[in-house]
Parts: sequence; C-alpha cells; structure tokens
Amino acid sequence: MMDITDLTIKDASSLLTSKEVKAEELAKAFLERTISLNKKLNSFITVTEDEALEQARKVDELIADKQPLSPLAGIPIGLKDLFSTKGTKTTAASKVLENYIPPYDATVVTKLRDANAVFIGKTNLDAFAHGSSGENSDFGHTRNPYDLERVPGGSSSGSATSVAASQVLAATATDTGGSIRLPASFCNLVGIKPTYGRVSRYGIIAMASSLDAIGHLTKTVYDNALMLNVTAGKDEMDATTSPNKPDDYVSEIEKGVDGVKIGLPKEYFKDLKGDVKDLIMKAVKKLESLGAKVEEISLPNTEYGIATYYIIQPSEVSSNLARYDGIRFGNRRTSFGAEAKRRIMLGTFTLSSGYYDAYYLKAMKVRRLMREDFTKSFHEVDVIIAPTSPTPPFKIGEKMSDPLSMYLSDIFTPTINLAGVPSLNVPCGFLDGLPMGMQIIGPDFSEKLLYQVGHAYEQETKWYEKKPKID
Amino acid sequence: MKINIKHVAQLANLKLTAEEEKTFEKQLGEVLEYVSQLDKVNTEKIEPIGHITGLENVGREDVAAPSLTQEDAIGQAAKIHNGFVAVDAIFDENDE
Amino acid sequence: MIDDYEVIIGLEIHVELKTQSKMFCSCSAEYFGEKPNTHTCPVCLGLPGAMPVANLLAIQYSQMLGMAVNCDNPLNTKFDRKNYFYPDLPKGFQISQYDLPFSQNGFTNISIKSDKGIKSIKRIGITRAHLEEDTGKLTHATVDGKKVTLIDYNRSSVPLLEIVSEPDMRSAEEAKAYAQKIHQIVRYIGISDADMEEGSMRIEPNVSLCSRNNKNTTNNTNNKLPSYKVELKNINSFKFAEKAINFEIKRQAEILDRGETPIQETRGWNENKNETVSQRSKEEAHDYRYFPEPDIPPFVFAKKYIDGLKAKIPELPDAKLERFQKDYQLSEYDAEILTRDIEMADYFDEATKAGKEADLTPKQIANVIINKKPDIGKILPATLVKDIKASSQKATVNQNDLNKAVEEVISENKKAAEDYMSGKENILMFLVGQVMRKLEGKADANEVKEALIKELKK
Repeated sequence: MMDITDLTIKDASSLLTSKEVKAEELAKAFLERTISLNKKLNSFITVTEDEALEQARKVDELIADKQPLSPLAGIPIGLKDLFSTKGTKTTAASKVLENYIPPYDATVVTKLRDANAVFIGKTNLDAFAHGSSGENSDFGHTRNPYDLERVPGGSSSGSATSVAASQVLAATATDTGGSIRLPASFCNLVGIKPTYGRVSRYGIIAMASSLDAIGHLTKTVYDNALMLNVTAGKDEMDATTSPNKPDDYVSEIEKGVDGVKIGLPKEYFKDLKGDVKDLIMKAVKKLESLGAKVEEISLPNTEYGIATYYIIQPSEVSSNLARYDGIRFGNRRTSFGAEAKRRIMLGTFTLSSGYYDAYYLKAMKVRRLMREDFTKSFHEVDVIIAPTSPTPPFKIGEKMSDPLSMYLSDIFTPTINLAGVPSLNVPCGFLDGLPMGMQIIGPDFSEKLLYQVGHAYEQETKWYEKKPKID
Repeated sequence: MKINIKHVAQLANLKLTAEEEKTFEKQLGEVLEYVSQLDKVNTEKIEPIGHITGLENVGREDVAAPSLTQEDAIGQAAKIHNGFVAVDAIFDENDE
Repeated sequence: MIDDYEVIIGLEIHVELKTQSKMFCSCSAEYFGEKPNTHTCPVCLGLPGAMPVANLLAIQYSQMLGMAVNCDNPLNTKFDRKNYFYPDLPKGFQISQYDLPFSQNGFTNISIKSDKGIKSIKRIGITRAHLEEDTGKLTHATVDGKKVTLIDYNRSSVPLLEIVSEPDMRSAEEAKAYAQKIHQIVRYIGISDADMEEGSMRIEPNVSLCSRNNKNTTNNTNNKLPSYKVELKNINSFKFAEKAINFEIKRQAEILDRGETPIQETRGWNENKNETVSQRSKEEAHDYRYFPEPDIPPFVFAKKYIDGLKAKIPELPDAKLERFQKDYQLSEYDAEILTRDIEMADYFDEATKAGKEADLTPKQIANVIINKKPDIGKILPATLVKDIKASSQKATVNQNDLNKAVEEVISENKKAAEDYMSGKENILMFLVGQVMRKLEGKADANEVKEALIKELKK
C-alpha cells in the first residue's frame, strides 16, 4: 500500500473511485496510524474505530454499486470534540462533559455523514476552546508534530496535529478568535475561518456565539475547498446562517491572481519581528510575480482588537457556560478548569449591573469601528494579507502561568472574528524548522477568492510537502 | 479596577476556593486594566454593532415536529425519578 | 391602621401562547397532562450546541395582544438573554426581551364600583408586553426518605407573554378586575387558553403601601412610590389573587404601624394556610446581566405589516359591550354578561341574526341565554331561536290570569307574604312555585317573580 502520509483528500478520493484502494483499507491504515501515534501526540480524545470501519464499508458498497459519490466519500477525517456526535462522547476536552453522549448530531456532522466521510474520532482541544496552545485540555495537552516540545496552537490543537501527522486527511474545527488559523500556522496547514454565518453552528458547543466560526484544517487549499463545499450553507436550525447560496469553491480554484489587489495593513507589520516579516513579504512578492498588485492599507482600530475581544468573548462565554450545571447531563460546575472559571468570572463581571455600558456595550461600539475598517478597505483592495502569528510555535509550558501573555499571543486573529469576515491561513515557510503561516482575509462571503489566491501561492511553494518527522 | 470576587462568583454560580479567589482577583484585575485602553476610543456617536450578519426576521413557521424520547432526553441526568429529573430539594416547606 | 395607607399594586401577568410548537424549537407546545420529559429536544433541554429559532406566530400573537391593549408596537425589536440560575431554567438564561419589546406604553380600562355601588371607569397603564420562553416545571416529592425537587422540561420554552402593568391599582378588587380584563382580552384575540388552574395564565402582583400622612401627598402617587415592594406568586385563581393581596395589605400595614419597613421579597400564596409566605429560596442576588441574544437576529417590522396585523384584531370587549347596548338595546348588565366571554358574545350575535327572521327581539334572546344558560357548545344559535319561538307561543299567559293567580296565592299564604316583607327573601321562591302550580307551569318564572314582588310591595 501507498504511504498515507503523502495523501491528500484529492489523491485519496481518486484512488477510491478508481478502485485502486478500498475505503476499508484506507480507514484501517489511518486508524492504525491514529492509534499508534496518539500516545505520543495526544491528538485524539476518542477514536471511533467501529464506526469508521462501518462507514468505510458502506462507501465500498456504494462504489461497487456505481453510486455517485461526494469527493469526501471514504475520506478519513477527525472531528473537533466540540462537534456533537449522536451516540459518541463529546467532551469539549472538559471534565464537565467527560461522559456526555449527545442524543443528536451537529448539522455539519450530518452533512459530513451524508457525504460518506469516515469519522476516525474526536480530536483534542483547549477545554471549551479556551486557549491558544492546546494546553488547557483537561485530558492532557497535544504535541506539535514538527517539534514535540512545542504546542500545536489552539484551541483546535488535536485537529491540527492529527492532520499534520497524517492521522486523518482533514479535521473540523472552530475559530472564535484564531482557533483554526493559529494551529494551522503552527502546524503547516491550510485552515479556513469562513465568514460568520457561512457554516452552521448548530450542535457545535458554543464558545462566544457572535464570534464562533466553523471551519476545518487540511493539508492543501484544494482539499480545504472540497470540505467547505460540503459544510457551507443555510441551516434552518441556526438563525444566523446566511441564506445566500454558497459558491462552488473548487471549480475555479486555478483562476490565478492576475490583477488581484492585495492590501498589506501597516498595523499588522509595524512591530513584526524581522524574520517573520521577511517570510510573509517573500510570499507577497511571489503573489506579485504571479500578477497580483500590492499596496499598503490601514486598519486603524487594529490595536484595540484584543481588548475588544477579551470583553465580548468572556461575556458570551459566561452565558454560554451557564447550562453546565450537572443536572441534565455532565458534571457539576466545580469540574470546570481554571481557564473556563476565569472567563466565566470575567464575563459575569463585564455584563453585571453598573459595568455593562463601560465594557460590553463599549466593546460592541468599537467592534462596529473594526468592521468598518475592513469594509472600507475592501473598497480599495480585493484581499488583505497579514501574519497569522507573531511567532512560530512556542514551547509547551512557556505561557501557562500568565493568562494575559497567553491572550496576547493571539494578536493577529481575533480582530477578524470581530469583523466577521473570512480568513484563510496558508503555510508560508519555516523558521528554524518551525512552520509559519499567513492569513488571506477577504470581504464577506469571498471564500472562493481566498482559495484562488491561496492555491496560486501554494502551487508555487508546496510547503505541504514538508512533512513532520515523527515516525 | 477592584472586583468583588465573591459577589461575581455567586452570580456565576461558581464555588471558588480561597486560593482561586485570590488568583482570579489579581488576574482579572490585570485583564481589566488591559482592556481599559478602549477608553481611548471615541465612541460617542457610534451605535453598538448588534448582529454582524445584517440578517433580520429569521424565524420558523409554527409547526410541531417529533421530540426526543424520554430516555434520550434525560437518560444522562445525575438523578432520575419516574421520568423526572431529580435534584436536591430547593423548595422550603412553605411551598408545600 | 390600613386606612392610613394607600395601596400600590402593579401586576405582572404571564400568558402562555396557544401555538402548535414551542417558542424556540419545534417540540409540541401542548404539554399539559403529558408524560414528563417527552416534549423536549436539544434546544429546550439546553443541550450543548443547541440553538434557538424563534416561532413567528408567537411573535405575531404577542404583537396582537399589545395592539389590543393600546400599546405601541416598535418597529425595531430583539430578543435578549436574561441570565440567572435556577433548576427549572436549562440554559442558565432565559431568552426574553429587555429594552426593545414587541409592545409598550399601552393601557386598558377597567370598570370599578365604589362602596355606594356607583360604577366608574379606571385606566390601568401597561408598561410593556414582551415575549419570552417558559421554564421547566418543578414539583417536589420525597424519594427514599429524602426531599427532592422533580423537573419536567415539557414546559421549557413554551412561548410566554409577560404583560407588565404600571403600579396603577389601589385595591385587591381593582387588581382582580384588571387581571380579569386581560384574561378576557387574551381570550378574545384567541392567543391563549389563559387557564389559571392549568397555569397558562399566571398573576404576580407587586404590592406595597405608602403612608397617606405624607405631607406632600398629591394625587399622583407615582411620584412617591414606596421604597420596597413585595412580589406575590403561586396564585392560580382570580379569587386567590384577591385574597393574597388583601392578606398582604394587612400584613404590610401591621409592619408599617410598628414603624418598620416590610422587606422587599417574593412571597408565595399558601392556599391551605390562607396566607402569604416568604420564599427565601428565590431571594438570591438579582443581576440578570441582560445582553442581546447573539443567536437570534433582530426583528424589524414595516409599518405596513403592523397596520395589517392591527386590521386582524377582532372586536374587543369594550367595543362589543357598547355595541350590544346600542344596537341590541340591552342593559349594561345584560351586555356585560353576554360579552364576558368571546364564545358567548359570538353565539349571541349569531342568535340575534336568526332571531330577526323569527321576530324575536335581541332582548328576548338575551333573557333566555342569561337566565336559562343553554349549553352554547351543543345547541346551535338557530336551534335556540327556534326553541324560544316555540316555547314563547305556548308559555305566555295573559296578564290578567297572572295577576289573578298572584293575588290568590298571596291571600292563601299570608304568613309567607309577611315573612317576605320582614326580610326573609328566600321565601319568595316558594310563592313563585305556588303561582306556577296554579298556572300549570305556563308562565315564565321571572315574570311571576316580578309580578309577585310588585304585588307584595303595593
């Protein structure tokens, strides 16, 4: 059999449809790798072996039957353990939910089931998605496959590690303030934070409802577009999903960047370390050489991003975590980890009588200014390119003692959630052997364009071919 | 910024240890200090943003659909009695 | 002394709306009498990841109620989260409306009688009517010797309309009249069964007293509201509302007489003890931390839509009362009885149409409906009219025969007549019976009664 660490969704799908490989064989190979690497990486909380094999066998039947199949049919994927899966434990990586088994599927899970994807298991994360490193998991931290002493980024730590380590070909994830893009950057992956409302949130354990975006991680831009083709769209169960019909994100992915106007926001570059800046500017130059036009722009309210985010997010967290009372399901509130408690306390305070106007309301005003920064800029440029992280992945334990410094490690991502616009992290090289990414940000519902730009760059650089050495 | 940590914990329905109270008081103070930089932004004539999607009037027609079975609905509750979820008595005798 | 104080009462009335499905999910809203926890889903159980989607009909119903009590219907509205912890509240917050409700600034008129029996109309201000979701239902039991509270989530997220009045009522009677008026209107527009016993209508009076001896006493008591108020719960009939308020007035007056101030608290009506009792369990810190519900986009209405909805509001009790008096030449007393309930009023309207062809006056029909109380659920209006016609043809006795019979009976039963005159009013029915016997039952009992009284008082 082939080396599965070389595979992408696109490759695997063609192997399946050409009957060179059976879905069951593929599932077995990925399951075996998942299980054997999990001790080292701790990327999975639950491995759903029986279900995966059953799903795979069904795909083999469909293929034998010559049924039309989704490009995701038979593709082994991981589900961030925030996605409700009927009959399979869904823990949010928190002790509060350590034995919770949902009686229903999240809409995205239903869509992936209907596409006959194969669920390898539920991936690790910072408990309730509170974190930037994966270290806040109540079931142990996840390691970065490119350097086991370093964090994979969070909160979608297990999703990132599992794709980077080829335990799966794709993994679902959520991004409230960078939780897809940061781990994508740290693990040499493509990660999409779609436009707010593009993908249904129904059934996915909420962190901060006005910021949560549902996306996924893959090795290539093409694979990423394939996934969004399945997950995007209006959901009657989520009143905030857009009624606009999603694009076909794959069909014109090779269109190129000729004439595409790229904006570089000066606020994102001004304090950036030299080597990080060089890496991103090199990528921008590459796009320029492919026909893109580059200009400097300004997003003046950027500096208030983290402050605004750390008011709105904990406020909504405090309310969303109120349902965990240990009465109908799960354990009692004493089981919350320190970070959840911290955010509940912070958010309860910022919403409380006498402080609401000064904090939450004020933040919602500044948030409008931030969104306006972006909408104005998109009159001038088609996309914006910015760093995803100011640094490569940091060491495990490095920032755990100081919450504020952890919060500040995520300076380039939350503003995009506040604005609601889509952003795609694309790998742009390595610093001392550690992956770095950049984000391509576009106006509302411009995911198709983001994929075109990302794909054009990726075809020139193919950073995804640089695999981690873990075996 | 000084926070009444005990009061906030009560509102949040969290039982904190004395040590947690101390730690959180300090850490939340730092975060609030950091976010106070928003005071610099002039928002006098700015409306709060509300929903960023711009969507309005999203609802459903009044049509009933099947519910979960009792087993699926409450099967994971800590305590069950005759199809009810049970908790320690919260009434005082006066409600009898 | 109670008379030293002015009573200040405001009412919060909760009405469960009569929709097929719940407020924020598709579970059936008809939960009464169902097995516990069989009308639930991830949304109304507050399971992780579940999201609310608002019931559009419930929104329409709540706007209709607002229109029926002269409210403004704001064009910009939204839902908010009201955050608090209680075991009947699965999400740890209730989706409600804070600053932009569907209806606000209205009023309704109640009819009140003075001690001397003089009727007057009083306007009760309605602050707002907002839409929210009901909570689960708590009962309690002893299981294995241990006291427990049992939770049924079938009621969780049933649409609930909260109608908040101004503190405009000055007595238990006024509060009762107002509650009955709201009950009547709700049933007129058909948005709820408003059944107090089943709990689809709940009354929570806020009661406080303020001293009349205050030097700056003005007619406008709103300017000097007391510093406390007591909220009353567990009231499942209009009668109990009246009793609970009267008990509370007495209790508070006694405290104030001692120079103390009653505690601001929630008290439950205990119908066995006939008193209100402090509900200490509900006395936790109240800071609801309202913020806009991020899962539900705002509701914005065009003026045209509001006007269109207004046109759908049926004729309301006050208008019907006036029309019945004017068009049908009924007394206020009769018209009031006939308009109390929408089914009765509609029935009467129908019957008068049929009555016109049968040469019956509305008054004749009204008399039969009011006195004989036919089962309007079973007898069609046209059938009733036919019956009245038939019986009126055979039952009429001429006035002379009636008078003769009355005179005879009085002279034959002198003792009874004297007893009546000395105040034993219920002896009258005996005399009516005697007259009826003489006339072989062909007379109308009311006519006989009137004729007897007339003769006796000569």
